[in-house]
Amino acid sequence: MSDKSDNQRSWGRRKVVRALGALPLGIILASQLSWAAPATSTGQAVTDDTVTVGILHSLTGTMAISETGAQEAEKLAIKQINESGGILGRQIKIIQEDGASDWPTFAEKSRKLLVNDKVAAVFGCWTSASRKAALPVFEKENGLLYYPTFYEGLEQSKNVIYTGQEATQQILDGLNWVAKEKGAKTFYLIGSDYIWPRTSMKIARKHIENVLGGKVVGEEYKPLGDTQFGSVINKIRLKKPDVIYAAVVGGSNVAWFKQLKAAGINSKKQTLLTISVTEDEVLGIGGENLEGFYSIMKYFQSQDNPNNVAFVKAFKEMWGDDSVIGDVTQAAYLGPWLWKAAVEKAGTFDVDAVVKASEEGDIELTTAPEGYVKLHPNHHLWSKARVGMWKKDGQAEVVYTSELIEPDPFPEGYQ
Amino acid sequence: MSFVYEKLFGDKKGLIGFCILAALILVVFPVMLDSFRLNLVGKYLTYAFAAVSLVLLWGYGGTLSLGQGIFFGIGGYAMAMFLKLEASSPENTAIQSTPGIPDFMDWNQITELPLFWMPFHSFSFTLFAVLVVPTIFAYIIGAAMFKRRVGGVYFAIITQVVSVILTVLIVGQQGLTGGINGITDLRTLNGWDITSDSAKTLFYFINCFLLLAVIIASRFILTSKFGRILLAMRDKEDRVRFSGYDVANFKIFIFCFAAMISAIGGAMFTLQVGFMSPSFVGIVPSIEMVIFAAIGGRMSLIGAVYGTLLINFGKTAFSESFPELWLFLMGGLFIAVVMFFPNGLAGLWEDYGHHLTKRLDFIKNLFSKSKSAADAIELKGSKS
Repeated sequence: MSDKSDNQRSWGRRKVVRALGALPLGIILASQLSWAAPATSTGQAVTDDTVTVGILHSLTGTMAISETGAQEAEKLAIKQINESGGILGRQIKIIQEDGASDWPTFAEKSRKLLVNDKVAAVFGCWTSASRKAALPVFEKENGLLYYPTFYEGLEQSKNVIYTGQEATQQILDGLNWVAKEKGAKTFYLIGSDYIWPRTSMKIARKHIENVLGGKVVGEEYKPLGDTQFGSVINKIRLKKPDVIYAAVVGGSNVAWFKQLKAAGINSKKQTLLTISVTEDEVLGIGGENLEGFYSIMKYFQSQDNPNNVAFVKAFKEMWGDDSVIGDVTQAAYLGPWLWKAAVEKAGTFDVDAVVKASEEGDIELTTAPEGYVKLHPNHHLWSKARVGMWKKDGQAEVVYTSELIEPDPFPEGYQ
Repeated sequence: MSFVYEKLFGDKKGLIGFCILAALILVVFPVMLDSFRLNLVGKYLTYAFAAVSLVLLWGYGGTLSLGQGIFFGIGGYAMAMFLKLEASSPENTAIQSTPGIPDFMDWNQITELPLFWMPFHSFSFTLFAVLVVPTIFAYIIGAAMFKRRVGGVYFAIITQVVSVILTVLIVGQQGLTGGINGITDLRTLNGWDITSDSAKTLFYFINCFLLLAVIIASRFILTSKFGRILLAMRDKEDRVRFSGYDVANFKIFIFCFAAMISAIGGAMFTLQVGFMSPSFVGIVPSIEMVIFAAIGGRMSLIGAVYGTLLINFGKTAFSESFPELWLFLMGGLFIAVVMFFPNGLAGLWEDYGHHLTKRLDFIKNLFSKSKSAADAIELKGSKS
């Protein structure tokens, strides 16, 4: 292009415009070049005064609405850790990647964070599918993942710390509570059709039939994203169960609860217990559609303890007064703190040493917003289950709190 | 030699383009990129199989398929089933209620390996299935559609519907297919660790050679008499029919061939990425494959590869640098390419390629003939 004289006549507007069009290509090429640069050191991305971690959640796509809270909480925790002096005298630097609600992308970005950026830990994933996609990468590259979502269990990887509840922690105490408080004998199970609801329902059914001596009068699964619950609602009317036990996820929830209400099924006539609705979902469903129904979680924003009051205040200061905090958001907040405790105990960022320190069963957080948690050698947390009753304003009133429950990802007799 | 030139590469220009591509993926990338990035490029290149198949089907055949993900997925799943069975040996799965079956079956209370999984214990059957199952499936769809003279937008919609049906089927039958999680945690191939860097590098080269072979085979089809009939059908289908050709059979053939190519890509994808999930079967990936072909230039086999690479490089680079804005940048990239290079990247080469050769001539003149620059310009001006 230097020898303009060569074909000056033809350098009209079209060509300039075309050259502009080539700009994005240039940007891409330039960024490709930077790929070739070798990583800064052979080990992890740890210098004398910084340590780098990764955050890997969906910022785009259908899961973004759910995962935003989690990554906000992780950033808040990291900010607070940095303000209190960092970890082993080092400030934490964050590299954020977008999983884009696409499971293969989670695997690709995990590999990028571990191999290219050599991060010391990753806080991320939300759905089981994204975790399952990323897991082989973490095991192969010996990374460390803090996974915040309540999930189906049946997994215990050396390279993952699970900061949410596994299925039995969430389910069993809630069922006991509803059987005792409401005298429930018959249950209708409904969930979205994928691994987490199916496993959860399997555990629930065994517990209802074998322990509570109750009866499951119906079990139904709807495809993810389905919005037609008419036939299920008709069956429920026919069977008249004491309790509807629900694990409907994502956007389907909105249709499910609105159609229930439209069919005249409300909390005055029917007990409904769900294991898939947190404050985040209620934002979409609307508190008035849920009023009086129950959720079992380990955390509710309305919990009244000094840890939680401080956490909610700090969260709203950082992310705005409108933000709500759900169960997973709180569990995500625990991740960096648990990592800090394990690293300080191990005295190094080395993954093997941090995992070993975590597995000794004495890492605890007395400052957790949910109250108190302790890390079990099986990589899951000791935590309490809580039943919350939803109110019109989208907050829940905690009506039951269990004792600390031991995590049991491979429950005997429930498989 | 003329056979090689004309039948396999098109012409001299085609040969040059082919050599540049081969040099790029076989030499430049492996030298420039570390193993992680090379593996990423390997993943992108598996999508290029589908893009190349769309050049045949859509660019030359005039039949837009919005369901190439179906065949990519079938190929990928076939390979994943074999690898999963190997990973689910009774020793590896001792913790399950039923050892020896894939973990997701155990979670779904399945106690026996389903019949259709049985043959996938054999590697040779798997390779056979990767090639043949999608072809048969394409034959069924193709015969049902083309024999009834369903084409154009209706065909596109039907392929899209089939891809949705297949996704729903896979997600719904999670005990048999792994559901929305897909088939994950694949580690070895006949005992050989496929997650190691050396295995990934080897797969990258196998992938490249297969892709180049597919391009040559496609070029052979396009330069043959069949290719001309294909073009004729695209431009005036009735005229070809009235000339006595059975249009439907030609369309079925190219659809089956395109399906087979896509399936090879799918199988290579599973090998390199280590899992397969329904997110490669549905509408979105299928449309993305069309975008790859469109960006590359839908009349250019080699352009399709560049289109795939550009879009995926862009995706990765933008989302790494601007995780919150990258979708907008991708949108901008699409708009820019479509607005300014309506014929795709291949069109860019067509438009500017000769400038490059001219400039080379110009420089040659400058040096070899020691003429003044002004003379040279005049000389070139008179040439063109």
